[in-house]
Amino acid sequence: MAKKVNSPLEKKKSGVRSVTKKNFVTYLIVIVFYAVFQTLTATGHLKNAYQSLLVPICYSVVMAVSLNLVVGVLGELSLGHAGFMCVGAYCGAFFSVITKDVLMTDWLRFVLAMLIGAAVAALAGVIIGIPVLRLKGDYLAIVTLAFGEIIKTVVNVLYIGKDASGFHIAMSTKNLDMAEDGLLILNGPQGITGTPKSSNFTIGFILVMLTLLIVTNLMDSRTGRAIMSIRDNRIAAESIGIDVTKYKLMAFVIAAAIAGCAGVLYAHNLNALTANTNNFGYNMSIMILVYVVLGGLGSVRGSVIAATILYALPELFRGVGQYRMLLYAIVLIVMMIVNNGAFFVQMKEKALYNIRSGKKNNAKEAA
Amino acid sequence: MSLLEVKNLGIVFGGLHAVEDFNLTLEKGELYGLIGPNGAGKTTVFNLLTGVYKPTTGTFFLDGKELKGKKPAEINKAGIARTFQNIRLFSNLSVLDNVKLGLHNGMKYSTFEGIVRLPRYFSTERKMNERAHALLKVFELDDDVDTLASNLPYGKQRKLEIARAMATEPKLLLLDEPAAGMNPNETKELMQTIRFVRDNFDLTVLLIEHDMSLVSGICENITVLNFGTELAKGPTAEVLKNPEVIKAYLGD
Ligand SMILES: Nc1ncnc2c1ncn2[C@@H]1O[C@H](COP(=O)(O)OP(=O)(O)O)[C@@H](O)[C@H]1O
Ligand SMILES: [Mg+2]
Repeated sequence: MAKKVNSPLEKKKSGVRSVTKKNFVTYLIVIVFYAVFQTLTATGHLKNAYQSLLVPICYSVVMAVSLNLVVGVLGELSLGHAGFMCVGAYCGAFFSVITKDVLMTDWLRFVLAMLIGAAVAALAGVIIGIPVLRLKGDYLAIVTLAFGEIIKTVVNVLYIGKDASGFHIAMSTKNLDMAEDGLLILNGPQGITGTPKSSNFTIGFILVMLTLLIVTNLMDSRTGRAIMSIRDNRIAAESIGIDVTKYKLMAFVIAAAIAGCAGVLYAHNLNALTANTNNFGYNMSIMILVYVVLGGLGSVRGSVIAATILYALPELFRGVGQYRMLLYAIVLIVMMIVNNGAFFVQMKEKALYNIRSGKKNNAKEAA
Repeated sequence: MSLLEVKNLGIVFGGLHAVEDFNLTLEKGELYGLIGPNGAGKTTVFNLLTGVYKPTTGTFFLDGKELKGKKPAEINKAGIARTFQNIRLFSNLSVLDNVKLGLHNGMKYSTFEGIVRLPRYFSTERKMNERAHALLKVFELDDDVDTLASNLPYGKQRKLEIARAMATEPKLLLLDEPAAGMNPNETKELMQTIRFVRDNFDLTVLLIEHDMSLVSGICENITVLNFGTELAKGPTAEVLKNPEVIKAYLGD
């Protein structure tokens, strides 16, 4: 149903200039956030417990912005975004562990791990996307949901080791058939241990900025317009010659690749990488979806802010003990109302209008 | 060679012959009318010609190329563009972006060039903006470029849909009740615009109208459909005098 908001801003501006300006404000918010917390950390004003939130905030933001590309920009529901993060995390960690003895700088190893994580996650996106995105209807939700659970299960029963004769893959340690001095890299439910701890807030910040640049530039380009046209009206998009399957796949695969990068960041922030319901399962996928929906579908800045606040809050609320989740629920409800309630939307637009016309009046008086 | 050749086109929906044995030949530059009472099958003809429905029988050719069974996007690339009876705009995008989407296949740069902002992104976007502005000017929409499509008044939404279709540079333009919901003045103006674009943009136009009096103003030839079959065909003035046609419209 069309929501009609009677506001003084009947004609919403969406011109080229305002798009660029909006994006710059988003970049600026992220840069200021980074500068402030990096300074606080460096000067020792940030508690260790809070410092350890910074990298997780970064990968949450990256996950939310990339999922927004699928849910908000393309208009398809994905319930397994954490699955792509899982693929990226395991592939990236695997690469870093097996190349530990190969001579190269930590930076290079990490960048290569990122590229590999992104590539394999993208490949997973292609494999899922090609059959599913050709269908009309909400099949993507069902299939991505299954994918997320399957990936999590698979990495939990997989054992991979390496010895002089090469790699050994099996479903249990017994069948691994590896030499005594071999190295067990992926150890079933115990996951991958010994990944170099290459992630830090600066790297997280760089990844967030790259994600923002990619997604906002994409949205404000020929490809992004085509993706949004499919969301707005698939039949009309086809009627003007837009290849619907191609652009759906493109949005989905780019989002998967970015989620893979978030996974690599995640894996290199831990000593032991394991997969369970809370990090790579359904819970995580839904959590990210909550960030996206509360931040506003299609709003990149909304995703950034919602992911940051909602990730940090439960941790900050630890002080109030058992009331933690209650407070969290209240925050969710308030955010939902402020973001989407007709009354607040109207108020926001009025305020914006007053600010703008105020500026104009001042200018006139000055002239 | 004729621009459009439709041979025995027909489609059946669960026993209902929505369109049956439809034949039509359009010469380049023609402005042709397709009229008939509600439910006669006019929109269905458009859906067949644009690949939304696959015909049960018959086939059709554009410039000698068979298009039966092709997908809507391929048919558009081959040179047929359309508007919809129930307007289908990209409602969350600006007027300008709606038209630029019509230019999607005509002016290109790669996704990579778009993300990394290589020079071709800027030069192509500039060309797209210029072309889109020029098209919007024809339909007097050049003051509304930044407006969201859904915030346009009804009459302008119809015009925007035509501008978007024309941006794909079609050889044949199909307009489904372009004047529906407009007042007589707006309608007259629109009909003049349609004739103007036909003359100046090297177009052939096939136009559906529910209201007979409108077509008589601009279409040289018309076909009348009733219950999915052709009732009469020929020069507009003659056909409209045909007693069968009058009966079909007034009912008996
Ligand atoms: N997809 C469909 N499925 C079943 N019946 C359809 C479908 N599309 C059109 N029809 C039927 O075909 C007939 C012609 O419809 P239409 O072409 O829309 O008429 P009009 O001349 O008013 O544009 C109507 O009886 C309509 O109900
Ligand atoms: Mg119709």
